[in-house]
Amino acid sequence: MKRILILVAAIGLTGAATAPALADPASDLKQFQDFFKKKFQTVKFDDFANGLYVLPGNEDYLEQWKAYNEFPPYELGLANGKKMWETPLKSGKTFASCFKNGGKNIAQHYPYWDQTTQKVRTAEMDLMDCAKRNEADFKFLTADLGKEQGARVPLAELTAYFYSLSKGQRISIDLSQPGAVKAYEEGKKFWWSRRGQLNFACANCHMDLAGKNLGGNQPLSAALGHTTAWPAQRLEWGRIETIHFRYMTCNSQVRAKSLKHGSEAYNHLQLYETYMSSGLPLSAPAMRN
Amino acid sequence: MTHTPRRTFLKSGLALGLVSAAAAAGLLKPARVLAAEWPKGAFESKKLEEAIQNLFGSAQATASGSIRIKAPLQAENGAVVPIAVTADLPNVQSIALLVEKNAQPLIANVNLSGAEGYFSARMKMNATSDVHVIVKSAGKLYSARQNIKVTVGGCGG
Amino acid sequence: MARQTRIRTKPQEGVTEVLVLVSHPMETGQRTDPKTKEKIPAHFIQKMTFTLNGKEIAVADLGIAVSKDPLVAIRVKGAKPGDKVKVAWSDNQGESGSEETTVG
Repeated sequence: MKRILILVAAIGLTGAATAPALADPASDLKQFQDFFKKKFQTVKFDDFANGLYVLPGNEDYLEQWKAYNEFPPYELGLANGKKMWETPLKSGKTFASCFKNGGKNIAQHYPYWDQTTQKVRTAEMDLMDCAKRNEADFKFLTADLGKEQGARVPLAELTAYFYSLSKGQRISIDLSQPGAVKAYEEGKKFWWSRRGQLNFACANCHMDLAGKNLGGNQPLSAALGHTTAWPAQRLEWGRIETIHFRYMTCNSQVRAKSLKHGSEAYNHLQLYETYMSSGLPLSAPAMRN
Repeated sequence: MTHTPRRTFLKSGLALGLVSAAAAAGLLKPARVLAAEWPKGAFESKKLEEAIQNLFGSAQATASGSIRIKAPLQAENGAVVPIAVTADLPNVQSIALLVEKNAQPLIANVNLSGAEGYFSARMKMNATSDVHVIVKSAGKLYSARQNIKVTVGGCGG
Repeated sequence: MARQTRIRTKPQEGVTEVLVLVSHPMETGQRTDPKTKEKIPAHFIQKMTFTLNGKEIAVADLGIAVSKDPLVAIRVKGAKPGDKVKVAWSDNQGESGSEETTVG
Protein backbone atom coordinates (compact mmCIF):
# COMPACT_ATOMS: atom_id res chain seq x y z
CA MET A 1 0.00 0.00 0.00
CA LYS A 2 2.82 2.39 0.87
CA ARG A 3 4.36 1.95 -2.58
CA ILE A 4 1.07 2.81 -4.22
CA LEU A 5 0.72 5.90 -2.06
CA ILE A 6 4.22 6.99 -3.00
CA LEU A 7 3.44 6.50 -6.67
CA VAL A 8 0.09 8.24 -6.38
CA ALA A 9 1.57 11.13 -4.41
CA ALA A 10 4.41 11.47 -6.88
CA ILE A 11 1.98 11.74 -9.74
CA GLY A 12 0.10 14.23 -7.59
CA LEU A 13 -3.24 12.62 -8.22
CA THR A 14 -4.69 12.52 -4.75
CA GLY A 15 -7.20 15.12 -5.83
CA ALA A 16 -4.79 17.76 -7.07
CA ALA A 17 -4.54 19.17 -10.59
CA THR A 18 -2.68 17.84 -13.63
CA ALA A 19 0.40 15.80 -13.05
CA PRO A 20 3.82 16.64 -14.45
CA ALA A 21 5.18 14.12 -16.91
CA LEU A 22 6.88 11.40 -14.95
CA ALA A 23 9.17 8.62 -16.07
CA ASP A 24 8.83 7.19 -19.56
CA PRO A 25 6.34 4.44 -20.40
CA ALA A 26 9.02 1.77 -20.39
CA SER A 27 9.96 2.57 -16.80
CA ASP A 28 6.30 2.72 -15.80
CA LEU A 29 5.84 -0.69 -17.37
CA LYS A 30 8.68 -2.28 -15.45
CA GLN A 31 7.43 -0.83 -12.17
CA PHE A 32 3.84 -1.92 -12.88
CA GLN A 33 4.69 -5.50 -13.86
CA ASP A 34 7.25 -5.87 -11.04
CA PHE A 35 4.52 -4.90 -8.58
CA PHE A 36 2.40 -7.86 -9.64
CA LYS A 37 5.28 -10.29 -9.99
CA LYS A 38 6.25 -9.45 -6.42
CA LYS A 39 2.68 -9.61 -5.12
CA PHE A 40 1.88 -12.93 -6.76
CA GLN A 41 5.15 -14.79 -6.83
CA THR A 42 3.59 -18.18 -7.52
CA VAL A 43 1.79 -17.02 -10.68
CA LYS A 44 3.60 -17.60 -13.98
CA PHE A 45 3.83 -14.42 -16.05
CA ASP A 46 1.81 -15.78 -18.98
CA ASP A 47 -0.94 -16.96 -16.63
CA PHE A 48 -1.85 -13.36 -15.78
CA ALA A 49 -3.53 -13.41 -19.19
CA ASN A 50 -6.26 -15.56 -17.63
CA GLY A 51 -7.56 -13.05 -15.15
CA LEU A 52 -8.51 -13.43 -11.51
CA TYR A 53 -8.82 -17.21 -11.77
CA VAL A 54 -5.10 -17.70 -11.54
CA LEU A 55 -4.66 -15.63 -8.39
CA PRO A 56 -4.01 -17.50 -5.14
CA GLY A 57 -7.13 -18.18 -3.12
CA ASN A 58 -9.38 -18.52 -6.17
CA GLU A 59 -8.88 -22.23 -6.76
CA ASP A 60 -12.63 -22.99 -6.53
CA TYR A 61 -13.29 -20.34 -9.17
CA LEU A 62 -10.45 -21.68 -11.30
CA GLU A 63 -12.11 -25.12 -11.32
CA GLN A 64 -15.38 -23.57 -12.40
CA TRP A 65 -13.61 -21.57 -15.10
CA LYS A 66 -12.03 -24.76 -16.41
CA ALA A 67 -15.49 -26.39 -16.40
CA TYR A 68 -16.87 -23.53 -18.51
CA ASN A 69 -13.93 -23.80 -20.88
CA GLU A 70 -14.91 -27.40 -21.69
CA PHE A 71 -17.38 -25.80 -24.07
CA PRO A 72 -17.32 -22.07 -23.48
CA PRO A 73 -20.53 -20.15 -24.21
CA TYR A 74 -18.55 -17.44 -26.05
CA GLU A 75 -18.19 -19.89 -28.94
CA LEU A 76 -21.74 -18.96 -29.87
CA GLY A 77 -20.94 -15.25 -30.15
CA LEU A 78 -17.62 -15.99 -31.79
CA ALA A 79 -19.38 -17.99 -34.51
CA ASN A 80 -21.56 -14.93 -35.17
CA GLY A 81 -18.43 -12.80 -35.41
CA LYS A 82 -16.83 -15.27 -37.81
CA LYS A 83 -19.88 -15.15 -40.04
CA MET A 84 -19.74 -11.32 -40.15
CA TRP A 85 -16.03 -11.41 -40.90
CA GLU A 86 -16.42 -13.87 -43.76
CA THR A 87 -19.61 -12.56 -45.37
CA PRO A 88 -18.90 -10.16 -48.26
CA LEU A 89 -20.01 -6.59 -47.58
CA LYS A 90 -22.05 -4.59 -50.09
CA SER A 91 -18.90 -3.73 -52.03
CA GLY A 92 -18.16 -7.41 -52.50
CA LYS A 93 -15.13 -7.30 -50.22
CA THR A 94 -14.81 -8.89 -46.78
CA PHE A 95 -13.37 -7.37 -43.59
CA ALA A 96 -10.04 -9.09 -44.18
CA SER A 97 -9.35 -6.79 -47.13
CA CYS A 98 -9.07 -3.77 -44.79
CA PHE A 99 -6.29 -5.17 -42.65
CA LYS A 100 -2.64 -6.02 -42.97
CA ASN A 101 -1.98 -9.72 -43.31
CA GLY A 102 -5.70 -10.29 -43.84
CA GLY A 103 -6.30 -9.40 -40.18
CA LYS A 104 -4.26 -12.29 -38.85
CA ASN A 105 -1.70 -11.83 -36.05
CA ILE A 106 -2.07 -8.04 -35.82
CA ALA A 107 -4.45 -7.49 -32.88
CA GLN A 108 -1.55 -7.54 -30.41
CA HIS A 109 -0.70 -4.02 -31.62
CA TYR A 110 -4.13 -2.60 -30.79
CA PRO A 111 -5.06 0.02 -29.70
CA TYR A 112 -2.54 2.02 -31.71
CA TRP A 113 -1.56 5.63 -32.23
CA ASP A 114 -2.56 6.80 -35.70
CA GLN A 115 -0.03 9.44 -36.69
CA THR A 116 -2.14 10.66 -39.64
CA THR A 117 -5.25 11.50 -37.64
CA GLN A 118 -3.29 12.07 -34.39
CA LYS A 119 -5.69 9.83 -32.50
CA VAL A 120 -5.72 6.48 -30.72
CA ARG A 121 -7.56 3.87 -32.73
CA THR A 122 -9.17 0.69 -31.39
CA ALA A 123 -10.07 -2.47 -33.26
CA GLU A 124 -13.75 -1.52 -33.02
CA MET A 125 -12.98 1.77 -34.80
CA ASP A 126 -11.03 0.10 -37.59
CA LEU A 127 -13.77 -2.50 -38.08
CA MET A 128 -16.48 0.16 -38.21
CA ASP A 129 -14.48 2.22 -40.70
CA CYS A 130 -13.94 -0.85 -42.83
CA ALA A 131 -17.68 -1.52 -42.80
CA LYS A 132 -18.44 2.10 -43.79
CA ARG A 133 -15.88 2.11 -46.62
CA ASN A 134 -17.44 -1.05 -47.98
CA GLU A 135 -21.00 0.27 -47.84
CA ALA A 136 -22.19 -2.06 -45.09
CA ASP A 137 -25.15 -0.96 -43.01
CA PHE A 138 -24.68 -2.65 -39.64
CA LYS A 139 -26.70 -1.12 -36.81
CA PHE A 140 -23.52 -0.51 -34.86
CA LEU A 141 -22.43 2.10 -37.36
CA THR A 142 -25.14 4.52 -36.29
CA ALA A 143 -26.43 3.39 -32.90
CA ASP A 144 -25.60 4.83 -29.49
CA LEU A 145 -23.35 1.91 -28.61
CA GLY A 146 -23.37 2.64 -24.89
CA LYS A 147 -27.14 2.27 -24.73
CA GLU A 148 -28.09 -0.12 -27.51
CA GLN A 149 -27.04 -3.63 -26.61
CA GLY A 150 -28.62 -5.06 -29.75
CA ALA A 151 -26.32 -2.93 -31.89
CA ARG A 152 -23.22 -3.21 -29.72
CA VAL A 153 -23.09 -6.99 -29.21
CA PRO A 154 -22.61 -7.82 -32.92
CA LEU A 155 -19.71 -5.32 -32.93
CA ALA A 156 -18.30 -7.06 -29.85
CA GLU A 157 -18.66 -10.45 -31.55
CA LEU A 158 -16.97 -9.20 -34.74
CA THR A 159 -14.17 -7.62 -32.68
CA ALA A 160 -13.83 -10.83 -30.69
CA TYR A 161 -13.36 -12.77 -33.91
CA PHE A 162 -10.76 -10.23 -35.09
CA TYR A 163 -8.83 -10.68 -31.84
CA SER A 164 -9.15 -14.47 -32.04
CA LEU A 165 -7.15 -14.35 -35.26
CA SER A 166 -4.23 -13.20 -33.13
CA LYS A 167 -4.72 -15.56 -30.20
CA GLY A 168 -1.45 -16.22 -28.41
CA GLN A 169 0.33 -13.21 -29.91
CA ARG A 170 2.12 -11.13 -27.27
CA ILE A 171 0.90 -7.60 -26.67
CA SER A 172 3.23 -5.05 -28.25
CA ILE A 173 2.11 -1.41 -28.40
CA ASP A 174 4.13 1.17 -30.32
CA LEU A 175 4.54 4.38 -28.31
CA SER A 176 7.44 5.78 -30.33
CA GLN A 177 5.49 8.87 -31.51
CA PRO A 178 5.23 11.88 -29.14
CA GLY A 179 1.45 11.93 -29.69
CA ALA A 180 1.28 8.33 -28.57
CA VAL A 181 3.10 9.12 -25.34
CA LYS A 182 0.74 12.01 -24.66
CA ALA A 183 -2.29 9.76 -25.17
CA TYR A 184 -0.64 7.17 -22.93
CA GLU A 185 -0.16 9.79 -20.22
CA GLU A 186 -3.86 10.70 -20.46
CA GLY A 187 -4.77 7.09 -19.95
CA LYS A 188 -2.39 6.79 -17.05
CA LYS A 189 -3.91 9.85 -15.40
CA PHE A 190 -7.36 8.30 -15.72
CA TRP A 191 -6.09 5.07 -14.19
CA TRP A 192 -4.70 6.76 -11.11
CA SER A 193 -7.50 9.33 -10.54
CA ARG A 194 -10.10 8.73 -7.88
CA ARG A 195 -13.66 9.06 -9.06
CA GLY A 196 -17.26 8.54 -8.09
CA GLN A 197 -19.06 8.53 -4.78
CA LEU A 198 -16.93 5.61 -3.68
CA ASN A 199 -13.86 7.67 -4.56
CA PHE A 200 -11.91 4.78 -6.01
CA ALA A 201 -9.26 4.93 -8.69
CA CYS A 202 -8.77 1.92 -10.95
CA ALA A 203 -5.46 1.51 -9.15
CA ASN A 204 -7.11 1.17 -5.74
CA CYS A 205 -9.07 -1.96 -6.63
CA HIS A 206 -6.90 -3.60 -9.23
CA MET A 207 -3.48 -3.28 -7.76
CA ASP A 208 -3.24 -3.48 -4.00
CA LEU A 209 -6.63 -5.14 -3.56
CA ALA A 210 -6.18 -7.52 -6.53
CA GLY A 211 -7.31 -11.01 -5.58
CA LYS A 212 -9.25 -9.81 -2.55
CA ASN A 213 -12.98 -10.26 -2.25
CA LEU A 214 -14.86 -7.19 -1.09
CA GLY A 215 -17.59 -9.31 0.43
CA GLY A 216 -19.51 -10.42 -2.65
CA ASN A 217 -19.19 -13.27 -5.08
CA GLN A 218 -16.36 -11.86 -7.05
CA PRO A 219 -12.77 -11.12 -6.09
CA LEU A 220 -11.03 -8.14 -7.70
CA SER A 221 -8.92 -8.84 -10.75
CA ALA A 222 -5.29 -7.87 -11.12
CA ALA A 223 -4.67 -5.09 -13.64
CA LEU A 224 -1.89 -7.13 -15.18
CA GLY A 225 -3.74 -9.14 -17.79
CA HIS A 226 -6.81 -6.91 -17.74
CA THR A 227 -7.09 -6.46 -21.48
CA THR A 228 -5.87 -9.80 -22.82
CA ALA A 229 -9.30 -11.48 -22.83
CA TRP A 230 -11.29 -8.66 -24.40
CA PRO A 231 -13.81 -8.64 -26.00
CA ALA A 232 -14.83 -11.08 -23.27
CA GLN A 233 -17.85 -12.93 -21.94
CA ARG A 234 -18.76 -12.44 -18.32
CA LEU A 235 -20.99 -15.08 -16.69
CA GLU A 236 -23.26 -12.34 -15.54
CA TRP A 237 -23.88 -10.95 -19.00
CA GLY A 238 -24.19 -14.24 -20.87
CA ARG A 239 -22.81 -12.61 -24.01
CA ILE A 240 -19.59 -11.22 -25.50
CA GLU A 241 -19.05 -7.54 -24.75
CA THR A 242 -16.62 -4.76 -25.58
CA ILE A 243 -14.01 -3.49 -23.17
CA HIS A 244 -15.56 -0.01 -23.29
CA PHE A 245 -18.82 -1.49 -22.06
CA ARG A 246 -16.87 -2.96 -19.13
CA TYR A 247 -15.29 0.45 -18.45
CA MET A 248 -18.80 1.95 -18.40
CA THR A 249 -20.20 -0.64 -15.98
CA CYS A 250 -17.13 -0.48 -13.76
CA ASN A 251 -17.38 3.32 -13.54
CA SER A 252 -21.03 2.90 -12.53
CA GLN A 253 -20.04 0.38 -9.88
CA VAL A 254 -17.96 2.97 -8.07
CA ARG A 255 -20.87 5.36 -8.53
CA ALA A 256 -18.97 7.42 -11.06
CA LYS A 257 -20.42 8.78 -14.26
CA SER A 258 -19.72 6.40 -17.13
CA LEU A 259 -18.24 7.99 -20.19
CA LYS A 260 -19.35 7.40 -23.76
CA HIS A 261 -18.60 4.10 -25.44
CA GLY A 262 -15.87 4.93 -27.94
CA SER A 263 -14.87 8.14 -26.14
CA GLU A 264 -11.32 9.40 -26.38
CA ALA A 265 -10.91 9.05 -22.61
CA TYR A 266 -11.72 5.33 -22.78
CA ASN A 267 -9.46 4.95 -25.83
CA HIS A 268 -6.60 6.46 -23.83
CA LEU A 269 -7.36 4.30 -20.80
CA GLN A 270 -7.42 1.23 -23.05
CA LEU A 271 -4.06 2.28 -24.52
CA TYR A 272 -2.54 2.62 -21.05
CA GLU A 273 -4.01 -0.62 -19.73
CA THR A 274 -3.02 -2.60 -22.79
CA TYR A 275 0.53 -1.23 -22.73
CA MET A 276 0.79 -2.26 -19.06
CA SER A 277 0.10 -5.85 -20.17
CA SER A 278 2.91 -5.75 -22.73
CA GLY A 279 4.36 -9.17 -23.36
CA LEU A 280 1.27 -11.10 -22.24
CA PRO A 281 -0.36 -13.40 -24.82
CA LEU A 282 -3.79 -12.50 -26.19
CA SER A 283 -6.49 -14.89 -25.00
CA ALA A 284 -9.54 -13.13 -26.47
CA PRO A 285 -12.32 -13.96 -26.42
CA ALA A 286 -12.35 -15.59 -23.01
CA MET A 287 -14.58 -16.09 -19.97
CA ARG A 288 -14.10 -13.43 -17.34
CA ASN A 289 -16.14 -12.43 -14.31
CA MET B 1 -57.87 -53.03 -51.56
CA THR B 2 -55.21 -53.44 -54.21
CA HIS B 3 -51.65 -53.17 -53.05
CA THR B 4 -50.66 -49.59 -53.86
CA PRO B 5 -46.98 -48.71 -53.73
CA ARG B 6 -46.44 -46.25 -50.89
CA ARG B 7 -44.92 -43.55 -53.05
CA THR B 8 -47.93 -43.57 -55.38
CA PHE B 9 -50.33 -43.56 -52.44
CA LEU B 10 -48.66 -40.60 -50.77
CA LYS B 11 -48.70 -38.60 -53.99
CA SER B 12 -52.43 -39.18 -54.39
CA GLY B 13 -54.96 -36.65 -53.25
CA LEU B 14 -56.31 -39.09 -50.70
CA ALA B 15 -53.00 -39.14 -48.84
CA LEU B 16 -52.87 -35.36 -48.94
CA GLY B 17 -56.34 -35.17 -47.47
CA LEU B 18 -55.44 -37.57 -44.67
CA VAL B 19 -52.25 -35.72 -43.89
CA SER B 20 -54.08 -32.39 -43.76
CA ALA B 21 -56.72 -33.84 -41.48
CA ALA B 22 -54.08 -35.30 -39.22
CA ALA B 23 -52.19 -32.00 -39.14
CA ALA B 24 -55.39 -30.12 -38.34
CA ALA B 25 -56.09 -32.53 -35.52
CA GLY B 26 -52.63 -31.71 -34.15
CA LEU B 27 -51.55 -35.30 -34.46
CA LEU B 28 -48.44 -34.55 -36.50
CA LYS B 29 -46.97 -31.76 -34.38
CA PRO B 30 -43.76 -33.12 -32.89
CA ALA B 31 -43.94 -30.65 -30.04
CA ARG B 32 -47.33 -32.03 -29.01
CA VAL B 33 -46.04 -35.60 -28.98
CA LEU B 34 -42.91 -34.75 -26.98
CA ALA B 35 -44.70 -32.51 -24.51
CA ALA B 36 -46.78 -35.46 -23.42
CA GLU B 37 -43.64 -37.27 -22.35
CA TRP B 38 -42.04 -34.33 -20.59
CA PRO B 39 -42.67 -34.79 -16.83
CA LYS B 40 -44.56 -31.55 -16.26
CA GLY B 41 -45.79 -32.48 -12.80
CA ALA B 42 -42.29 -33.20 -11.57
CA PHE B 43 -40.83 -30.02 -13.07
CA GLU B 44 -43.58 -27.87 -11.58
CA SER B 45 -43.39 -29.36 -8.09
CA LYS B 46 -42.42 -26.73 -5.57
CA LYS B 47 -40.88 -29.05 -3.01
CA LEU B 48 -37.94 -31.43 -3.29
CA GLU B 49 -39.72 -34.58 -2.06
CA GLU B 50 -42.77 -33.78 -4.18
CA ALA B 51 -40.61 -33.47 -7.32
CA ILE B 52 -38.89 -36.80 -6.62
CA GLN B 53 -42.21 -38.49 -5.85
CA ASN B 54 -43.70 -37.09 -9.04
CA LEU B 55 -40.78 -38.20 -11.15
CA PHE B 56 -40.32 -41.70 -9.79
CA GLY B 57 -43.57 -42.56 -8.04
CA SER B 58 -41.56 -42.88 -4.86
CA ALA B 59 -39.32 -40.64 -2.76
CA GLN B 60 -37.45 -43.53 -1.11
CA ALA B 61 -33.81 -43.22 -2.10
CA THR B 62 -30.76 -44.69 -0.41
CA ALA B 63 -27.78 -42.43 0.12
CA SER B 64 -24.86 -43.76 -1.91
CA GLY B 65 -21.15 -42.98 -1.84
CA SER B 66 -20.89 -44.31 -5.39
CA ILE B 67 -22.40 -41.13 -6.78
CA ARG B 68 -19.70 -38.51 -7.37
CA ILE B 69 -20.77 -34.89 -7.63
CA LYS B 70 -18.34 -32.39 -9.15
CA ALA B 71 -19.66 -28.94 -8.36
CA PRO B 72 -18.20 -25.82 -6.77
CA LEU B 73 -18.44 -25.13 -3.04
CA GLN B 74 -19.09 -21.49 -3.88
CA ALA B 75 -20.69 -20.68 -7.20
CA GLU B 76 -19.03 -17.88 -9.11
CA ASN B 77 -22.43 -16.91 -10.46
CA GLY B 78 -25.78 -18.40 -9.46
CA ALA B 79 -27.07 -18.22 -13.04
CA VAL B 80 -24.47 -20.61 -14.39
CA VAL B 81 -23.41 -23.26 -11.88
CA PRO B 82 -21.54 -26.17 -13.48
CA ILE B 83 -22.29 -29.66 -12.15
CA ALA B 84 -21.10 -33.06 -13.31
CA VAL B 85 -22.37 -36.34 -11.87
CA THR B 86 -20.70 -39.73 -12.19
CA ALA B 87 -22.70 -42.71 -10.90
CA ASP B 88 -20.48 -45.72 -10.27
CA LEU B 89 -23.47 -48.05 -9.97
CA PRO B 90 -24.59 -50.98 -12.14
CA ASN B 91 -27.17 -50.43 -14.88
CA VAL B 92 -27.75 -46.71 -14.38
CA GLN B 93 -31.16 -45.91 -15.88
CA SER B 94 -31.48 -42.25 -15.03
CA ILE B 95 -29.84 -39.33 -13.26
CA ALA B 96 -31.87 -36.44 -11.85
CA LEU B 97 -30.56 -33.09 -10.60
CA LEU B 98 -32.54 -31.10 -8.03
CA VAL B 99 -31.80 -27.86 -6.18
CA GLU B 100 -33.62 -27.90 -2.88
CA LYS B 101 -34.07 -24.15 -2.44
CA ASN B 102 -35.13 -23.37 -6.02
CA ALA B 103 -38.79 -22.43 -6.47
CA GLN B 104 -39.06 -25.54 -8.64
CA PRO B 105 -36.35 -27.96 -7.47
CA LEU B 106 -36.16 -30.30 -10.47
CA ILE B 107 -33.49 -29.06 -12.86
CA ALA B 108 -33.13 -31.95 -15.28
CA ASN B 109 -33.49 -35.70 -15.57
CA VAL B 110 -31.64 -37.81 -18.10
CA ASN B 111 -32.85 -41.26 -19.10
CA LEU B 112 -29.96 -43.43 -20.18
CA SER B 113 -30.39 -46.25 -22.69
CA GLY B 114 -26.85 -47.04 -23.67
CA ALA B 115 -24.93 -44.04 -22.42
CA GLU B 116 -22.80 -44.24 -19.26
CA GLY B 117 -23.87 -43.21 -15.76
CA TYR B 118 -22.71 -39.63 -16.30
CA PHE B 119 -24.42 -36.31 -16.78
CA SER B 120 -23.22 -32.74 -16.69
CA ALA B 121 -24.99 -29.43 -17.16
CA ARG B 122 -25.01 -25.82 -16.00
CA MET B 123 -27.86 -24.77 -13.75
CA LYS B 124 -29.47 -21.73 -12.22
CA MET B 125 -29.56 -21.50 -8.44
CA ASN B 126 -31.60 -18.87 -6.60
CA ALA B 127 -29.73 -19.11 -3.33
CA THR B 128 -27.31 -21.21 -1.31
CA SER B 129 -28.74 -24.70 -1.32
CA ASP B 130 -28.07 -28.40 -1.27
CA VAL B 131 -28.02 -29.93 -4.69
CA HIS B 132 -29.50 -33.43 -4.72
CA VAL B 133 -28.78 -36.15 -7.24
CA ILE B 134 -31.19 -39.09 -7.59
CA VAL B 135 -29.91 -42.04 -9.59
CA LYS B 136 -32.11 -44.92 -10.68
CA SER B 137 -29.97 -48.04 -10.89
CA ALA B 138 -31.36 -51.51 -11.56
CA GLY B 139 -34.81 -50.29 -10.57
CA LYS B 140 -33.77 -48.77 -7.22
CA LEU B 141 -33.24 -45.11 -6.27
CA TYR B 142 -29.97 -43.82 -4.83
CA SER B 143 -29.11 -40.30 -3.73
CA ALA B 144 -26.23 -37.96 -3.03
CA ARG B 145 -26.06 -34.32 -2.15
CA GLN B 146 -23.69 -31.38 -1.94
CA ASN B 147 -24.08 -27.85 -0.66
CA ILE B 148 -23.33 -24.99 -3.04
CA LYS B 149 -23.01 -21.44 -1.76
CA VAL B 150 -24.47 -18.66 -3.86
CA THR B 151 -23.78 -15.04 -2.97
CA VAL B 152 -24.54 -11.86 -4.81
CA GLY B 153 -22.95 -8.47 -4.80
CA GLY B 154 -19.31 -7.60 -4.79
CA CYS B 155 -18.04 -6.21 -8.02
CA GLY B 156 -20.22 -8.43 -10.19
CA GLY B 157 -22.95 -6.26 -11.51
CA MET C 1 -33.02 -17.97 -37.97
CA ALA C 2 -31.81 -21.39 -36.84
CA ARG C 3 -30.36 -21.50 -33.36
CA GLN C 4 -26.75 -22.63 -33.16
CA THR C 5 -26.46 -26.20 -31.98
CA ARG C 6 -22.87 -27.21 -31.41
CA ILE C 7 -21.74 -30.74 -30.63
CA ARG C 8 -18.33 -32.21 -30.05
CA THR C 9 -16.85 -35.38 -28.68
CA LYS C 10 -13.68 -36.01 -26.78
CA PRO C 11 -12.04 -39.02 -25.18
CA GLN C 12 -12.44 -38.89 -21.40
CA GLU C 13 -11.45 -41.49 -18.82
CA GLY C 14 -11.60 -44.37 -21.32
CA VAL C 15 -14.98 -43.43 -22.78
CA THR C 16 -16.26 -40.79 -25.22
CA GLU C 17 -17.76 -37.61 -23.82
CA VAL C 18 -20.41 -35.92 -25.94
CA LEU C 19 -20.82 -32.21 -25.24
CA VAL C 20 -23.60 -30.07 -26.63
CA LEU C 21 -23.96 -26.29 -26.52
CA VAL C 22 -27.15 -24.69 -27.81
CA SER C 23 -27.81 -20.97 -28.27
CA HIS C 24 -31.11 -20.75 -26.38
CA PRO C 25 -32.57 -18.18 -23.96
CA MET C 26 -33.93 -20.80 -21.49
CA GLU C 27 -36.39 -18.13 -20.38
CA THR C 28 -38.06 -19.14 -17.12
CA GLY C 29 -41.34 -17.34 -17.60
CA GLN C 30 -40.82 -15.59 -14.26
CA ARG C 31 -39.01 -12.48 -15.45
CA THR C 32 -40.77 -9.22 -16.17
CA ASP C 33 -39.86 -7.09 -19.17
CA PRO C 34 -38.77 -3.73 -17.67
CA LYS C 35 -40.25 -1.83 -20.63
CA THR C 36 -43.63 -3.49 -21.08
CA LYS C 37 -44.04 -4.63 -17.45
CA GLU C 38 -45.31 -7.91 -18.86
CA LYS C 39 -43.97 -11.35 -17.92
CA ILE C 40 -41.62 -12.68 -20.55
CA PRO C 41 -43.12 -16.01 -21.62
CA ALA C 42 -41.25 -19.18 -20.74
CA HIS C 43 -39.09 -20.40 -23.59
CA PHE C 44 -36.85 -23.34 -22.79
CA ILE C 45 -35.56 -26.61 -24.20
CA GLN C 46 -37.57 -29.50 -22.83
CA LYS C 47 -36.01 -32.49 -24.52
CA MET C 48 -32.57 -33.39 -25.79
CA THR C 49 -32.09 -36.75 -27.47
CA PHE C 50 -28.69 -38.27 -28.12
CA THR C 51 -28.11 -41.03 -30.65
CA LEU C 52 -25.05 -43.05 -31.60
CA ASN C 53 -25.14 -44.30 -35.18
CA GLY C 54 -28.89 -43.77 -35.15
CA LYS C 55 -29.50 -45.66 -31.90
CA GLU C 56 -30.86 -43.64 -28.99
CA ILE C 57 -28.49 -43.64 -26.01
CA ALA C 58 -29.86 -40.88 -23.80
CA VAL C 59 -32.84 -38.58 -23.52
CA ALA C 60 -32.58 -35.57 -21.21
CA ASP C 61 -35.65 -33.77 -19.88
CA LEU C 62 -34.68 -30.19 -19.09
CA GLY C 63 -36.49 -27.50 -17.14
CA ILE C 64 -36.40 -23.73 -16.76
CA ALA C 65 -33.50 -23.86 -14.32
CA VAL C 66 -31.00 -25.09 -16.87
CA SER C 67 -28.77 -22.10 -17.67
CA LYS C 68 -29.14 -19.92 -20.73
CA ASP C 69 -27.18 -21.30 -23.70
CA PRO C 70 -27.33 -24.75 -22.16
CA LEU C 71 -24.37 -27.03 -22.10
CA VAL C 72 -25.21 -30.67 -21.55
CA ALA C 73 -22.78 -33.59 -21.62
CA ILE C 74 -23.11 -37.35 -21.50
CA ARG C 75 -20.62 -40.16 -21.91
CA VAL C 76 -20.75 -43.32 -23.93
CA LYS C 77 -18.57 -46.40 -24.06
CA GLY C 78 -17.40 -48.14 -27.20
CA ALA C 79 -17.70 -45.28 -29.68
CA LYS C 80 -15.16 -45.71 -32.49
CA PRO C 81 -13.64 -43.16 -34.88
CA GLY C 82 -16.13 -42.63 -37.70
CA ASP C 83 -19.17 -43.25 -35.50
CA LYS C 84 -21.90 -40.64 -35.84
CA VAL C 85 -23.20 -38.89 -32.72
CA LYS C 86 -26.28 -36.73 -33.07
CA VAL C 87 -28.26 -34.50 -30.74
CA ALA C 88 -31.83 -33.33 -31.39
CA TRP C 89 -33.64 -30.89 -29.13
CA SER C 90 -37.10 -29.40 -28.92
CA ASP C 91 -38.51 -26.62 -26.76
CA ASN C 92 -41.84 -25.62 -25.23
CA GLN C 93 -42.63 -23.22 -28.08
CA GLY C 94 -42.31 -25.78 -30.84
CA GLU C 95 -38.79 -24.87 -31.89
CA SER C 96 -36.28 -27.60 -32.51
CA GLY C 97 -32.76 -28.14 -33.71
CA SER C 98 -30.20 -30.82 -34.23
CA GLU C 99 -26.57 -31.34 -35.05
CA GLU C 100 -24.33 -34.24 -35.74
CA THR C 101 -20.66 -34.97 -35.39
CA THR C 102 -18.28 -37.79 -36.17
CA VAL C 103 -16.16 -39.33 -33.46
CA GLY C 104 -12.54 -38.47 -34.26
